[in-house]
Amino acid sequence: MSSHSTTAGQEPVYNYDIVRQFSVMTVIWGIVGMGIGVLIAAQLVWPDLNDIFQPYTHFGRLRPLHTNAVIFAFGGSALFATSYYVVQRTCQTTLFGGWLVPFSFWGWQLVIVLAAITLPLGLTTTKEYAELEWPIDILITLVWIAYAIVFFGTIMKRKTSHIYVANWFFGGFILTVAILHVVNSAAIPISLTKSYSAYAGAADAMVQWWYGHNAVGFFLTAGFLGMMYYFVPKQAGRPVYSYQLSIVHFWALISLYIWAGPHHLHYSALPDWAQSLGMVMSLILLAPSWGGMINGIMTLSGAWHKLRTDPTLRFLVVSLSFYGMSTFEGPMMAIKTVNALSHNTDWTIGHVHSGALGWVAMISIGAIYHLIPVLYHRKEMWSVNLINSHFWLATAGTVLYIASMWVNGITQGLMRRAFNQDGSLTYTFIDSVEASYGGYIVRALGGALFLLGMLFMAYNVYRTIREPGEEEIPSPAANNAQVA
Amino acid sequence: MDINDVRGFATILVMIAFLGICWWAFSPKRKKRFDDAANLPFADEESHEQAQAADSSHKKREQ
Repeated sequence: MSSHSTTAGQEPVYNYDIVRQFSVMTVIWGIVGMGIGVLIAAQLVWPDLNDIFQPYTHFGRLRPLHTNAVIFAFGGSALFATSYYVVQRTCQTTLFGGWLVPFSFWGWQLVIVLAAITLPLGLTTTKEYAELEWPIDILITLVWIAYAIVFFGTIMKRKTSHIYVANWFFGGFILTVAILHVVNSAAIPISLTKSYSAYAGAADAMVQWWYGHNAVGFFLTAGFLGMMYYFVPKQAGRPVYSYQLSIVHFWALISLYIWAGPHHLHYSALPDWAQSLGMVMSLILLAPSWGGMINGIMTLSGAWHKLRTDPTLRFLVVSLSFYGMSTFEGPMMAIKTVNALSHNTDWTIGHVHSGALGWVAMISIGAIYHLIPVLYHRKEMWSVNLINSHFWLATAGTVLYIASMWVNGITQGLMRRAFNQDGSLTYTFIDSVEASYGGYIVRALGGALFLLGMLFMAYNVYRTIREPGEEEIPSPAANNAQVA
Repeated sequence: MDINDVRGFATILVMIAFLGICWWAFSPKRKKRFDDAANLPFADEESHEQAQAADSSHKKREQ
């Protein structure tokens, strides 16, 4: 396939090859990342599973592999695919950057493969969501610079006068992630596989969670909001509810998120004023988050009936509901007194997955179901019924996951703060682990349902791509091209 | 003037910036422009069809 398809005598059209590559990899990495997730969830139910091939299959080695695979491999591929697609279609021009475009694909895949090798080997910086060692960090930086050049270069040569709001969100995400990654990964290498952070003590913790929370805010939120602002209107067949609100949404969201990191360090060595600042900024963040959610959901006003027949749209809209839920839960958990109960319990894991499964994965899945038929010239996916089954598996899986972690988290929090009359602790730590056992089973089941849905998706995508060409849409332009 | 005056001043500045963005976004003068922008996802169907046509004719050449 050529990267720059042109029709005779006409302007260069869009580069869909790169979008196809990243879309297919989104599904594959989704299955890999979620598969590892189900494995480590099962390890908490059956600890013997740690011993499949020690020490490489130990929970402590596989857990960062799971988070890196779902966030950066699955989520990252979805963001590359959709941003490259949306920026071309809303700027009405093909991608800028020549060889940088395939480099961003192969470079990113190499980063993922290197992560899959080094993390089970135990090579880690120990910084959460930034575990990869310095040579891989440098490769990430190079790929990211290529991504930024391609994306912003495409915006600069756009044929439209306005930059569509989805591109503002994608642009904000690319720029901020570059800064976060470079600052947080600053380290002093002592060998090829070992380095020490450039920061120390409480400052190191603050830099880490400034990075960590903005990985959530910009990688997992702003980028996916860009996706939302294109695919929800497109799938619903009507423009976004309020374009003006989307502008206020963008500026409010990006200027607030950057302050929220300290809520990860409540009651720590971080100065009190910084903790309170993080808490207040997290609370205010509820406003733009819900503004954006309402803007997305209200786009359907007058078209609600489409939800009955279109499971792709259902994925997109339910993802917004989960987004609203987790962006309400987040500010609540950032309140210091609530955090005193929830911190270091499974509640946090439940909250993360309400965002990760409910919001990030579901909006990506919806976007990919929208993209695959468009990219492969099909009228629709091979089986719409299978999308529907996937939707219910994903929803049921997410709900089971979140509910079991709420129960576990609150149980653990209450048990660990219970005191006897004489001031001694009522329960030991292991008591709270034993009390969590039922929840771990339900969580593993929820994760397995979600993974099963992804396998349905892979089969559906495979059949859609492999389907013989007779389902191609005969467009007038195609007929003309054949005559010519 | 101590550090707390600066803090208060910064809060007012941020509030003015927020109100400014709201005013800029919701001013009736720009309504038409933003309505056009909101329709950008639907504005390029022709180019998209060209892209698909170019793709499929290319595939036919391969076969």
